[in-house]
Amino acid sequence: MKFRILMALLRKELLLMRANPFVLRVVLALPVMVMLVIPLVASMDVRNVSVAVVNLDHSPLAARLTAGIEAVGELNIAGGYDSYAGAIDEVERGRADVVLTIPRGFARDFSAGRMPSLDIAANGVNATKGATGASYVAGAVSSTLAAVAEAEGIVLPEDAPAMFNLFNPTLNFRNYMIPGLMVMLIIMICGFLPAMNIVGEKESGTIEAVNVTPVGRFTFVLSKLIPYWVAGLIVVAEAMLIGRVVWGLAPLGSVCVLFLAAVLFILVMSGLGVAIANVSSTILQCIFVMFACIMVFQLMGGLFTPINSMPSWARMLTLAVPPRYYIEIMRSVYLKGSSFAEIWTQFAALAAFAAGFCALAAATYRKRA
Amino acid sequence: MNSDVIIVRNLTKRFGAFTAVDAISFSVRRGEIFGFLGANGAGKTTAMRMLCGLSIPTSGSASVAGCDIVTEPEPVKRNIGYMSQRFALYGALTVMQNLRLFATVYGMSDADFRQSARTLMQWLDMESLADTTVSSLPVGWKQKLAFAAATIHNPSVLFLDEPTGGVDPITRRRFWELIYKVASEGMTVFVTTHYLDEAEYCDRVCIMVDGSIRALDTPAELKKKYKCDTVDAVFRQVAQTALRSADA
Repeated sequence: MKFRILMALLRKELLLMRANPFVLRVVLALPVMVMLVIPLVASMDVRNVSVAVVNLDHSPLAARLTAGIEAVGELNIAGGYDSYAGAIDEVERGRADVVLTIPRGFARDFSAGRMPSLDIAANGVNATKGATGASYVAGAVSSTLAAVAEAEGIVLPEDAPAMFNLFNPTLNFRNYMIPGLMVMLIIMICGFLPAMNIVGEKESGTIEAVNVTPVGRFTFVLSKLIPYWVAGLIVVAEAMLIGRVVWGLAPLGSVCVLFLAAVLFILVMSGLGVAIANVSSTILQCIFVMFACIMVFQLMGGLFTPINSMPSWARMLTLAVPPRYYIEIMRSVYLKGSSFAEIWTQFAALAAFAAGFCALAAATYRKRA
Repeated sequence: MNSDVIIVRNLTKRFGAFTAVDAISFSVRRGEIFGFLGANGAGKTTAMRMLCGLSIPTSGSASVAGCDIVTEPEPVKRNIGYMSQRFALYGALTVMQNLRLFATVYGMSDADFRQSARTLMQWLDMESLADTTVSSLPVGWKQKLAFAAATIHNPSVLFLDEPTGGVDPITRRRFWELIYKVASEGMTVFVTTHYLDEAEYCDRVCIMVDGSIRALDTPAELKKKYKCDTVDAVFRQVAQTALRSADA
C-alpha cells in the first residue's frame, strides 16, 4: 500500500526527468568533464624551478652537485654566482626561485667524513613553489652526496638528511586530487539536485497538491532521494572508471569499501540538501545556503589543504565537517589500500552524520504551515 | 441524513500581529454547496487551508468529515479533495499521468482508477486530451483537470478555492454544472469565490470581511434581510465597512 504510493511517486519523478533531461545530462556529463579536465589543470605539482647556485667552494664535488640538480626534471640552473648578494639579485628579478649556497671548504669537510652544512634559501612569494622547489633541491643534493660517499667509501654521520614520500612515491598531485574530485562530484550532484527539485516543487505549487493528500512525509522525501542515490552511485562508478582508464589510478584497496563509503556520504549530502530545501522557500535562497555549506566543506574538509597544517582550533572544527571523513577514506583506500578495519572510525563518523542529516531532513519536512 | 460534515468553532489564524482569520464559527451540512465570499485578503483562503490540514490554526477548533483538523490532519486528508487557487498539477506530465498519480496516492486500485478516470473524462468532455501534456492545455481545461484530480477519489468533502478564476463565462457556467452534479451525489462542496453571481448558485453563503464572518444564510434569506435584489448588492452593503485594502 505504502509501497505502491512510493512507486507512483518515483514513477512521477522519472517521468519528470524524462520531460526535462537536465538532471540526466548533469549526471552523465558532469563527472566526465570534471574527471577529464580538472586533473589536467588543477595540478599543484611544481615544475620549472630555477636554482641559483652560489659556488664558494669551486671543487669538483660542487660541480657534481650542480650537475645533480640539473639532472632533476623539475629543476634548472639559473646560473652560478660568486656571492650570495648576486644570487639574491636574481631572485628579486624573478629569474630564480631557490638559492643553493655551497660554502668554502665543503669538499674538504665532506671527504673528512664531517657533514658540512649547505644553505638552501627559497623565494617565499610563491610559497608552494618555493617550499617544494627547496625540497627538490635538498633531495637532489642528498642523493648526489650519498652516491659520492658510497663510491669513495666515506662514512656519513647518522643524522644525514634523508627524505622519502610514503604512499604517493612520485608525489604526484593528480593521484591526490582524483579521489578528492569524486568527493566534490557527490557534493554537487547529491546535495544540490534533490534540494533544487524540492524547492522547485514549492515554487510551482505542486508540493501543496501533494501535501493536501494523505501521502506520508517519509514516503514523499524518499521519493525525492532515491533517484539521486542512484545518480550518486552512477557518478561514483563513472568517476572511478575514468580515473582508472584515463589517469591509470586504480584503488589499492577494495572497491566495495569505496562504494560503502560513497553510500554513506551520499546519504549525508542528500539529507543535508533536503533539510536546506525544506526550510527555503525559493531556489535562490536554497542555493545560497547550500553554497555557504559547500564552501566550508571544500575549504575545511581537507580537499585542497591538508587538515594537519591547520591551527588546532580549526582542526577541532573539521571534526564537524562530514566530507573530511569521506576524503580520508577515499585517499587512504585509493593510495594506501587501507582495509575497512583500519578506517572504521571514519566510517562510524560518516554513518553518524548520515543518520543525523537524514533525521534532520525528515524532521524539517512539514505538511502543515 | 443531514448531519454536519464541517463544524468550525472560533477558528483563528494569526501571522505575527496580523489576524488573518478571527474566531470564525459555522457548520456545513452533508451535500451542501457552501459559498465563502469575501474580497481579496478577507481570509477565505487561509480559513480553507486550515480546514484542509495545510495550515495549523492559532486557536479554535474544527472538524471535517468527523476528524479534528488540529489533532488528526492526515485522516482529514483522506476524506477531502482540494483544488487550490493556483494551478498545481505537474505541467510536464500528461492528463492521465497526473490523474493516475493522485488516484494512487489516495490508495485507489488500478481497476478502480481506470473505471473512475473513464467516467470522469467522459463527463468532463476530455477524453481526447487524455495523453496531452498538461502545460499545453488552455486555462479552462486546466481548471477542469484540477477539478478531476480533486474528485477522482470520490472524497466526502470537496474544497474549491476560487475554481473559476480566469475562466471564461461559458466555462464558468459549465463548472457550476459540475459542482451541482457532485453535490447531488452527496459530496459536500465548500467553495470560495469573488464572483458574486456565483454566490446565487450556493445553498448557503457566508460573507467574510476582515477575517470575520459578517453574514451567513441562504442567498434568498440574505436578500430579504438586506432588502436587495442580488447577492452582489448584499455583499456591497456588508463589505463596505472593510478596513483591509481590497481590489474591489
